[in-house]
Amino acid sequence: MQVTETKEFKPKIVAFCCNWCSYAGADLAGTNRLNYPADVKIIRVPCSCRVNPMFILRAFQRGADGVILCGCHPGDCHYTTGNYFTRRRMALLFSMLDYLGIEKERTRVEWVSAAEGAKFAETMNSFVEAVTKLGENKRLGDLRCKVK
Amino acid sequence: MQSEMIRRAKELLADGTVNRVIGWKAGEFDYDITPAVFTCPEQLDEGFLYNDFCQANVSKYLIKESRKEGKILAFLKPCDTYSFNQLIKEHRIWRDNVYVIGVPCDGKVDVDTVKQKGLQGILSMQCDGQTVTAQTLYGEEKFDKADSMSDRCLNCKSKKHVAYDELMGEEGEVLDSHRFDMVEKIEAMSSEERFNFWRGELSRCIRCNACRNVCPACTCEKCVFDNDASGIAQKAAADSFEENMFHIIRAFHVASRCTDCGECSRVCPQNIPLHLLNRKFIKDINEFYGEYQAGEDTTTRPPLQAYTTGDVEPSIVYQKGGNN
Repeated sequence: MQVTETKEFKPKIVAFCCNWCSYAGADLAGTNRLNYPADVKIIRVPCSCRVNPMFILRAFQRGADGVILCGCHPGDCHYTTGNYFTRRRMALLFSMLDYLGIEKERTRVEWVSAAEGAKFAETMNSFVEAVTKLGENKRLGDLRCKVK
Repeated sequence: MQSEMIRRAKELLADGTVNRVIGWKAGEFDYDITPAVFTCPEQLDEGFLYNDFCQANVSKYLIKESRKEGKILAFLKPCDTYSFNQLIKEHRIWRDNVYVIGVPCDGKVDVDTVKQKGLQGILSMQCDGQTVTAQTLYGEEKFDKADSMSDRCLNCKSKKHVAYDELMGEEGEVLDSHRFDMVEKIEAMSSEERFNFWRGELSRCIRCNACRNVCPACTCEKCVFDNDASGIAQKAAADSFEENMFHIIRAFHVASRCTDCGECSRVCPQNIPLHLLNRKFIKDINEFYGEYQAGEDTTTRPPLQAYTTGDVEPSIVYQKGGNN
Protein backbone atom coordinates (compact mmCIF):
# COMPACT_ATOMS: atom_id res chain seq x y z
CA MET A 1 0.00 0.00 0.00
CA GLN A 2 1.25 3.43 -0.83
CA VAL A 3 0.71 6.39 1.38
CA THR A 4 0.52 9.61 -0.52
CA GLU A 5 1.83 12.51 1.49
CA THR A 6 -0.22 15.63 1.19
CA LYS A 7 1.44 19.00 1.59
CA GLU A 8 -1.72 20.52 2.89
CA PHE A 9 -1.39 21.93 6.40
CA LYS A 10 -3.63 20.33 9.00
CA PRO A 11 -3.73 22.26 12.24
CA LYS A 12 -3.76 20.53 15.61
CA ILE A 13 -6.54 21.99 17.68
CA VAL A 14 -7.20 21.28 21.33
CA ALA A 15 -10.72 21.99 22.55
CA PHE A 16 -11.46 22.08 26.25
CA CYS A 17 -15.16 21.38 26.68
CA CYS A 18 -17.14 21.60 29.87
CA ASN A 19 -18.88 18.40 30.82
CA TRP A 20 -22.35 19.89 31.24
CA CYS A 21 -22.83 22.04 28.18
CA SER A 22 -20.22 22.01 25.44
CA TYR A 23 -19.32 18.35 25.69
CA ALA A 24 -22.98 17.50 25.39
CA GLY A 25 -23.16 20.02 22.54
CA ALA A 26 -20.38 18.14 20.77
CA ASP A 27 -22.34 14.95 21.34
CA LEU A 28 -25.40 16.50 19.79
CA ALA A 29 -23.36 17.66 16.80
CA GLY A 30 -22.32 14.02 16.43
CA THR A 31 -25.78 12.54 16.70
CA ASN A 32 -27.06 15.13 14.26
CA ARG A 33 -24.36 14.05 11.80
CA LEU A 34 -22.94 17.53 11.56
CA ASN A 35 -19.47 17.83 10.15
CA TYR A 36 -16.55 19.43 11.85
CA PRO A 37 -12.85 18.81 11.21
CA ALA A 38 -11.22 15.80 12.79
CA ASP A 39 -8.27 18.03 13.73
CA VAL A 40 -10.17 19.11 16.80
CA LYS A 41 -9.19 17.04 19.82
CA ILE A 42 -11.68 17.40 22.62
CA ILE A 43 -10.65 17.26 26.26
CA ARG A 44 -13.51 17.02 28.69
CA VAL A 45 -13.29 19.12 31.85
CA PRO A 46 -15.81 19.29 34.71
CA CYS A 47 -16.23 23.03 34.21
CA SER A 48 -14.58 25.60 31.95
CA CYS A 49 -13.27 27.09 35.19
CA ARG A 50 -11.20 23.94 35.70
CA VAL A 51 -8.95 25.04 32.88
CA ASN A 52 -5.84 26.41 34.44
CA PRO A 53 -3.93 28.86 32.20
CA MET A 54 -1.13 26.32 32.33
CA PHE A 55 -3.29 23.77 30.48
CA ILE A 56 -3.55 26.10 27.55
CA LEU A 57 0.13 26.95 27.55
CA ARG A 58 1.05 23.29 27.89
CA ALA A 59 -1.13 22.41 24.91
CA PHE A 60 0.76 24.98 22.88
CA GLN A 61 4.07 23.76 24.22
CA ARG A 62 3.29 20.23 23.10
CA GLY A 63 2.52 21.31 19.59
CA ALA A 64 -1.07 22.54 19.39
CA ASP A 65 -1.68 25.18 16.75
CA GLY A 66 -4.81 26.51 18.38
CA VAL A 67 -6.64 26.12 21.67
CA ILE A 68 -10.34 26.72 22.10
CA LEU A 69 -12.20 26.69 25.37
CA CYS A 70 -15.93 25.97 25.41
CA GLY A 71 -18.23 26.34 28.38
CA CYS A 72 -21.81 26.97 29.36
CA HIS A 73 -23.26 30.37 28.58
CA PRO A 74 -22.56 32.88 31.35
CA GLY A 75 -25.34 32.48 33.87
CA ASP A 76 -25.96 28.85 32.97
CA CYS A 77 -22.97 27.29 34.72
CA HIS A 78 -23.71 23.96 36.36
CA TYR A 79 -21.74 25.21 39.35
CA THR A 80 -23.49 28.59 39.22
CA THR A 81 -20.47 30.88 38.85
CA GLY A 82 -17.60 28.90 37.34
CA ASN A 83 -17.66 30.37 33.88
CA TYR A 84 -17.73 33.95 35.17
CA PHE A 85 -14.27 33.33 36.55
CA THR A 86 -13.19 31.64 33.33
CA ARG A 87 -14.28 34.70 31.44
CA ARG A 88 -12.07 37.04 33.46
CA ARG A 89 -9.10 34.71 33.49
CA MET A 90 -9.12 34.00 29.80
CA ALA A 91 -9.56 37.64 28.82
CA LEU A 92 -6.38 38.41 30.74
CA LEU A 93 -4.47 35.34 29.59
CA PHE A 94 -5.26 35.87 25.92
CA SER A 95 -4.38 39.51 26.18
CA MET A 96 -1.05 38.50 27.71
CA LEU A 97 -0.35 35.99 24.94
CA ASP A 98 -1.08 38.70 22.43
CA TYR A 99 1.30 41.01 24.31
CA LEU A 100 4.05 38.41 24.03
CA GLY A 101 3.58 38.33 20.28
CA ILE A 102 1.54 35.17 19.91
CA GLU A 103 -1.23 35.53 17.33
CA LYS A 104 -4.48 36.24 19.13
CA GLU A 105 -6.49 34.17 16.65
CA ARG A 106 -4.93 30.99 18.03
CA THR A 107 -6.94 31.23 21.21
CA ARG A 108 -10.68 31.49 21.59
CA VAL A 109 -13.45 31.13 24.14
CA GLU A 110 -16.96 30.18 23.01
CA TRP A 111 -20.09 29.55 25.01
CA VAL A 112 -21.90 26.50 23.67
CA SER A 113 -24.90 25.00 25.40
CA ALA A 114 -25.96 21.35 25.34
CA ALA A 115 -28.69 22.21 22.83
CA GLU A 116 -26.36 23.95 20.39
CA GLY A 117 -24.91 21.10 18.37
CA ALA A 118 -25.06 23.22 15.24
CA LYS A 119 -23.25 26.08 16.94
CA PHE A 120 -20.56 23.67 18.13
CA ALA A 121 -19.88 22.40 14.61
CA GLU A 122 -19.98 25.92 13.21
CA THR A 123 -17.59 27.23 15.87
CA MET A 124 -15.11 24.44 15.27
CA ASN A 125 -15.28 24.92 11.52
CA SER A 126 -14.60 28.63 11.75
CA PHE A 127 -11.86 28.17 14.34
CA VAL A 128 -10.06 25.52 12.32
CA GLU A 129 -10.32 27.74 9.28
CA ALA A 130 -8.86 30.71 11.16
CA VAL A 131 -5.96 28.65 12.51
CA THR A 132 -5.30 27.04 9.13
CA LYS A 133 -4.98 30.52 7.68
CA LEU A 134 -2.36 31.40 10.32
CA GLY A 135 -0.41 28.25 9.57
CA GLU A 136 1.84 26.30 11.81
CA ASN A 137 2.43 27.50 15.31
CA LYS A 138 6.10 28.34 15.16
CA ARG A 139 6.33 30.77 18.01
CA LEU A 140 5.04 28.62 20.80
CA GLY A 141 5.93 25.03 20.20
CA ASP A 142 8.43 23.16 22.22
CA LEU A 143 11.17 22.30 19.77
CA ARG A 144 11.79 18.95 21.39
CA CYS A 145 8.23 17.82 20.81
CA LYS A 146 8.15 18.51 17.10
CA VAL A 147 7.75 15.28 15.16
CA LYS A 148 9.92 15.44 12.09
CA MET B 1 16.15 60.12 59.08
CA GLN B 2 18.35 57.16 59.96
CA SER B 3 19.27 58.46 63.43
CA GLU B 4 15.65 59.31 64.15
CA MET B 5 14.61 55.80 63.14
CA ILE B 6 17.23 54.24 65.40
CA ARG B 7 16.16 56.50 68.30
CA ARG B 8 12.50 55.54 67.91
CA ALA B 9 13.34 51.86 67.50
CA LYS B 10 15.35 51.95 70.72
CA GLU B 11 12.44 53.59 72.55
CA LEU B 12 10.04 50.91 71.39
CA LEU B 13 12.49 48.16 72.30
CA ALA B 14 13.03 49.71 75.72
CA ASP B 15 9.35 50.06 76.65
CA GLY B 16 8.64 46.51 75.53
CA THR B 17 6.24 47.33 72.69
CA VAL B 18 8.37 45.28 70.35
CA ASN B 19 11.16 42.79 70.86
CA ARG B 20 12.89 43.08 67.52
CA VAL B 21 13.18 45.38 64.54
CA ILE B 22 13.27 44.65 60.84
CA GLY B 23 15.16 47.14 58.72
CA TRP B 24 18.25 47.22 56.56
CA LYS B 25 21.96 46.67 57.11
CA ALA B 26 25.03 47.06 54.97
CA GLY B 27 25.90 44.27 52.59
CA GLU B 28 29.17 43.57 50.91
CA PHE B 29 29.14 46.82 48.94
CA ASP B 30 27.82 50.30 49.68
CA TYR B 31 24.99 49.87 47.23
CA ASP B 32 24.23 46.32 48.29
CA ILE B 33 22.00 46.81 51.31
CA THR B 34 20.08 43.87 52.68
CA PRO B 35 17.11 43.47 55.01
CA ALA B 36 18.02 42.47 58.55
CA VAL B 37 16.44 41.82 61.92
CA PHE B 38 17.87 43.58 64.96
CA THR B 39 17.15 42.42 68.49
CA CYS B 40 18.99 44.88 70.75
CA PRO B 41 19.99 48.57 70.78
CA GLU B 42 23.67 47.70 70.31
CA GLN B 43 22.92 45.91 67.04
CA LEU B 44 20.92 48.91 65.87
CA ASP B 45 23.84 51.26 66.54
CA GLU B 46 26.19 48.94 64.82
CA GLY B 47 24.31 47.95 61.71
CA PHE B 48 21.00 49.75 61.10
CA LEU B 49 20.97 51.74 57.88
CA TYR B 50 18.45 53.78 55.98
CA ASN B 51 19.72 55.62 52.94
CA ASP B 52 19.17 56.02 49.21
CA PHE B 53 20.21 52.44 48.50
CA CYS B 54 17.63 50.67 50.71
CA GLN B 55 15.63 49.24 47.85
CA ALA B 56 14.48 45.96 49.34
CA ASN B 57 10.83 45.52 50.24
CA VAL B 58 10.77 44.00 53.73
CA SER B 59 7.06 43.16 53.88
CA LYS B 60 7.48 39.56 52.72
CA TYR B 61 9.77 38.79 55.67
CA LEU B 62 6.88 39.67 57.97
CA ILE B 63 5.01 36.51 56.98
CA LYS B 64 7.48 34.43 58.98
CA GLU B 65 8.40 37.13 61.47
CA SER B 66 4.84 37.89 62.51
CA ARG B 67 4.32 34.25 63.46
CA LYS B 68 7.12 34.37 66.00
CA GLU B 69 6.68 35.33 69.59
CA GLY B 70 6.37 39.00 70.43
CA LYS B 71 5.84 42.01 68.29
CA ILE B 72 8.17 43.14 65.54
CA LEU B 73 8.82 46.71 64.49
CA ALA B 74 8.87 47.12 60.73
CA PHE B 75 10.00 50.19 58.83
CA LEU B 76 8.02 50.30 55.60
CA LYS B 77 8.41 52.56 52.61
CA PRO B 78 5.24 53.62 50.78
CA CYS B 79 5.36 50.85 48.17
CA ASP B 80 6.14 48.30 50.90
CA THR B 81 2.92 49.22 52.68
CA TYR B 82 0.90 48.21 49.63
CA SER B 83 2.47 44.76 49.71
CA PHE B 84 1.92 44.67 53.46
CA ASN B 85 -1.79 45.43 53.05
CA GLN B 86 -2.16 42.83 50.34
CA LEU B 87 -0.57 40.20 52.58
CA ILE B 88 -2.92 41.11 55.40
CA LYS B 89 -5.83 40.74 53.01
CA GLU B 90 -4.62 37.24 52.21
CA HIS B 91 -4.20 36.44 55.92
CA ARG B 92 -0.49 35.90 55.50
CA ILE B 93 0.71 38.45 58.02
CA TRP B 94 -0.57 38.55 61.56
CA ARG B 95 -1.26 42.24 61.89
CA ASP B 96 -1.33 42.20 65.71
CA ASN B 97 2.27 41.09 65.81
CA VAL B 98 3.61 43.92 63.71
CA TYR B 99 4.20 47.54 64.63
CA VAL B 100 4.57 49.52 61.43
CA ILE B 101 6.38 52.79 61.11
CA GLY B 102 6.00 54.40 57.71
CA VAL B 103 9.19 55.99 56.46
CA PRO B 104 9.34 58.40 53.54
CA CYS B 105 11.04 57.48 50.29
CA ASP B 106 11.94 59.73 47.43
CA GLY B 107 13.15 57.02 45.12
CA LYS B 108 16.08 54.69 45.59
CA VAL B 109 19.29 54.51 43.62
CA ASP B 110 19.49 51.40 41.52
CA VAL B 111 23.03 50.25 40.97
CA ASP B 112 22.20 48.35 37.79
CA THR B 113 20.91 51.54 36.21
CA VAL B 114 24.13 53.30 37.21
CA LYS B 115 26.26 50.45 35.88
CA GLN B 116 24.48 50.62 32.56
CA LYS B 117 26.01 54.05 32.11
CA GLY B 118 29.31 52.25 31.76
CA LEU B 119 30.54 52.50 35.31
CA GLN B 120 33.15 49.89 36.12
CA GLY B 121 35.41 48.99 38.99
CA ILE B 122 33.21 50.56 41.65
CA LEU B 123 34.99 50.94 44.99
CA SER B 124 32.39 52.89 46.90
CA MET B 125 29.20 54.75 46.24
CA GLN B 126 27.42 57.48 48.17
CA CYS B 127 24.28 59.50 47.62
CA ASP B 128 23.42 62.80 49.29
CA GLY B 129 19.85 62.89 48.06
CA GLN B 130 20.71 64.81 44.89
CA THR B 131 23.92 63.42 43.47
CA VAL B 132 25.33 59.94 43.37
CA THR B 133 29.08 59.92 43.82
CA ALA B 134 30.96 56.80 42.89
CA GLN B 135 34.63 56.15 43.54
CA THR B 136 35.96 53.78 40.93
CA LEU B 137 39.31 52.38 39.95
CA TYR B 138 39.28 54.93 37.15
CA GLY B 139 38.51 57.91 39.34
CA GLU B 140 35.48 59.70 40.72
CA GLU B 141 32.18 59.82 38.83
CA LYS B 142 29.07 61.81 39.61
CA PHE B 143 25.51 61.21 38.50
CA ASP B 144 22.19 62.88 39.07
CA LYS B 145 20.07 60.79 41.40
CA ALA B 146 17.12 61.23 39.04
CA ASP B 147 19.12 59.43 36.32
CA SER B 148 20.19 56.65 38.64
CA MET B 149 16.82 55.22 39.56
CA SER B 150 15.10 52.19 38.10
CA ASP B 151 11.82 52.32 36.23
CA ARG B 152 9.75 51.56 39.32
CA CYS B 153 11.06 54.61 41.17
CA LEU B 154 11.06 56.93 38.16
CA ASN B 155 7.41 56.05 37.61
CA CYS B 156 6.50 55.84 41.29
CA LYS B 157 2.79 55.14 41.70
CA SER B 158 2.40 56.49 45.20
CA LYS B 159 4.24 58.20 48.02
CA LYS B 160 1.34 57.50 50.35
CA HIS B 161 1.60 55.01 53.19
CA VAL B 162 -1.55 52.90 53.12
CA ALA B 163 -0.87 51.10 56.39
CA TYR B 164 1.02 52.26 59.45
CA ASP B 165 0.83 52.61 63.21
CA GLU B 166 3.05 55.63 63.21
CA LEU B 167 4.38 57.84 60.48
CA MET B 168 7.74 59.55 60.17
CA GLY B 169 7.83 62.60 57.96
CA GLU B 170 4.91 63.90 55.96
CA GLU B 171 1.98 61.96 54.54
CA GLY B 172 2.56 61.52 50.80
CA GLU B 173 0.16 61.51 47.89
CA VAL B 174 -0.87 58.97 45.30
CA LEU B 175 0.96 60.08 42.19
CA ASP B 176 -0.09 60.38 38.59
CA SER B 177 2.56 58.11 37.20
CA HIS B 178 3.41 57.21 33.64
CA ARG B 179 4.01 53.61 34.55
CA PHE B 180 2.08 52.16 31.62
CA ASP B 181 3.96 54.10 28.95
CA MET B 182 6.36 51.28 28.18
CA VAL B 183 3.51 48.74 28.10
CA GLU B 184 1.70 50.92 25.57
CA LYS B 185 4.84 51.19 23.52
CA ILE B 186 5.12 47.41 23.33
CA GLU B 187 1.43 47.05 22.53
CA ALA B 188 1.88 49.36 19.57
CA MET B 189 4.51 47.08 18.01
CA SER B 190 3.58 44.46 15.45
CA SER B 191 3.13 40.95 16.73
CA GLU B 192 6.44 39.86 15.26
CA GLU B 193 8.26 42.77 16.88
CA ARG B 194 6.62 41.98 20.19
CA PHE B 195 7.59 38.36 19.89
CA ASN B 196 11.18 39.26 19.10
CA PHE B 197 11.30 41.82 21.89
CA TRP B 198 10.19 39.28 24.46
CA ARG B 199 12.39 36.53 23.06
CA GLY B 200 15.30 38.89 23.42
CA GLU B 201 14.42 39.63 27.01
CA LEU B 202 13.15 36.29 28.24
CA SER B 203 15.75 34.12 26.55
CA ARG B 204 18.28 35.58 28.96
CA CYS B 205 16.42 34.00 31.87
CA ILE B 206 18.58 31.56 33.82
CA ARG B 207 15.66 30.25 35.87
CA CYS B 208 17.20 31.22 39.19
CA ASN B 209 13.68 31.81 40.56
CA ALA B 210 14.80 34.99 42.30
CA CYS B 211 11.74 36.81 40.95
CA ARG B 212 9.48 34.25 42.55
CA ASN B 213 11.35 34.18 45.82
CA VAL B 214 11.39 37.91 46.34
CA CYS B 215 7.81 38.61 45.22
CA PRO B 216 5.59 39.62 48.15
CA ALA B 217 2.58 38.23 46.28
CA CYS B 218 4.20 34.80 45.70
CA THR B 219 3.65 33.24 49.07
CA CYS B 220 2.37 29.73 48.35
CA GLU B 221 3.94 27.13 50.61
CA LYS B 222 4.06 24.74 47.70
CA CYS B 223 4.92 26.26 44.38
CA VAL B 224 4.03 24.90 40.97
CA PHE B 225 7.56 25.61 39.77
CA ASP B 226 8.98 23.14 42.28
CA ASN B 227 7.02 20.33 40.71
CA ASP B 228 9.34 18.32 38.47
CA ALA B 229 6.44 17.20 36.30
CA SER B 230 5.11 20.69 35.66
CA GLY B 231 6.86 20.98 32.30
CA ILE B 232 8.48 24.17 33.54
CA ALA B 233 10.53 22.64 36.33
CA GLN B 234 13.69 24.28 37.49
CA LYS B 235 16.41 23.72 35.00
CA ALA B 236 18.36 25.53 32.37
CA ALA B 237 16.03 26.42 29.56
CA ALA B 238 16.17 23.75 26.91
CA ASP B 239 13.78 25.28 24.43
CA SER B 240 12.41 28.59 23.43
CA PHE B 241 8.98 28.35 24.95
CA GLU B 242 9.82 27.21 28.43
CA GLU B 243 10.96 30.61 29.68
CA ASN B 244 7.96 32.29 28.12
CA MET B 245 5.70 29.83 29.85
CA PHE B 246 7.47 30.27 33.17
CA HIS B 247 7.09 34.03 33.01
CA ILE B 248 3.48 34.00 31.86
CA ILE B 249 2.59 31.66 34.70
CA ARG B 250 4.59 33.61 37.24
CA ALA B 251 2.90 36.85 36.24
CA PHE B 252 -0.52 35.21 36.01
CA HIS B 253 -0.27 33.76 39.51
CA VAL B 254 0.14 37.23 40.95
CA ALA B 255 -2.24 38.97 38.53
CA SER B 256 -4.71 41.19 40.37
CA ARG B 257 -2.72 40.74 43.59
CA CYS B 258 0.49 42.32 42.33
CA THR B 259 0.97 45.77 43.86
CA ASP B 260 3.56 46.71 41.25
CA CYS B 261 6.39 47.08 43.76
CA GLY B 262 8.92 46.14 41.09
CA GLU B 263 11.01 43.78 43.22
CA CYS B 264 11.02 41.14 40.47
CA SER B 265 12.90 43.39 38.08
CA ARG B 266 15.24 44.59 40.80
CA VAL B 267 16.46 41.15 41.80
CA CYS B 268 16.70 39.75 38.28
CA PRO B 269 20.39 38.99 37.73
CA GLN B 270 19.81 39.23 33.99
CA ASN B 271 17.98 42.57 34.17
CA ILE B 272 14.85 41.30 32.48
CA PRO B 273 12.08 43.93 32.78
CA LEU B 274 9.67 41.54 34.47
CA HIS B 275 7.53 44.34 35.85
CA LEU B 276 6.34 44.97 32.28
CA LEU B 277 4.48 41.65 32.40
CA ASN B 278 2.86 42.50 35.71
CA ARG B 279 1.97 45.97 34.52
CA LYS B 280 0.30 44.55 31.43
CA PHE B 281 -2.04 42.59 33.69
CA ILE B 282 -2.65 45.63 35.87
CA LYS B 283 -3.37 47.77 32.82
CA ASP B 284 -5.79 45.18 31.40
CA ILE B 285 -7.57 44.81 34.72
CA ASN B 286 -7.95 48.58 34.95
CA GLU B 287 -9.38 48.71 31.45
CA PHE B 288 -11.65 45.67 31.64
CA TYR B 289 -12.86 45.66 35.23
CA GLY B 290 -12.30 49.19 36.46
CA GLU B 291 -9.40 50.83 38.24
CA TYR B 292 -7.93 48.60 40.88
CA GLN B 293 -4.82 49.00 42.96
CA ALA B 294 -3.86 45.90 44.89
CA GLY B 295 -2.96 46.58 48.49
CA GLU B 296 -4.76 49.90 48.66
CA ASP B 297 -7.01 48.48 51.37
CA THR B 298 -7.47 45.19 53.18
CA THR B 299 -11.06 44.40 52.26
CA THR B 300 -11.87 44.51 48.54
CA ARG B 301 -11.65 41.32 46.53
CA PRO B 302 -8.98 41.12 43.86
CA PRO B 303 -10.57 41.26 40.38
CA LEU B 304 -9.61 37.69 39.49
CA GLN B 305 -11.40 36.41 42.58
CA ALA B 306 -14.56 38.28 41.73
CA TYR B 307 -16.86 38.74 38.76
CA THR B 308 -19.83 40.67 37.52
CA THR B 309 -22.49 39.28 35.20
CA GLY B 310 -21.73 41.99 32.64
CA ASP B 311 -17.99 41.40 32.24
CA VAL B 312 -16.33 41.79 28.87
CA GLU B 313 -15.97 38.64 26.80
CA PRO B 314 -12.47 37.26 26.15
CA SER B 315 -13.05 38.11 22.49
CA ILE B 316 -12.30 41.71 23.49
CA VAL B 317 -8.70 40.74 22.77
CA TYR B 318 -9.53 40.48 19.06
CA GLN B 319 -10.58 44.10 19.02
CA LYS B 320 -8.27 45.60 21.61
CA GLY B 321 -5.24 43.43 21.09
CA GLY B 322 -2.17 44.57 19.22
CA ASN B 323 -1.55 44.40 15.49
CA ASN B 324 -0.62 41.18 13.87
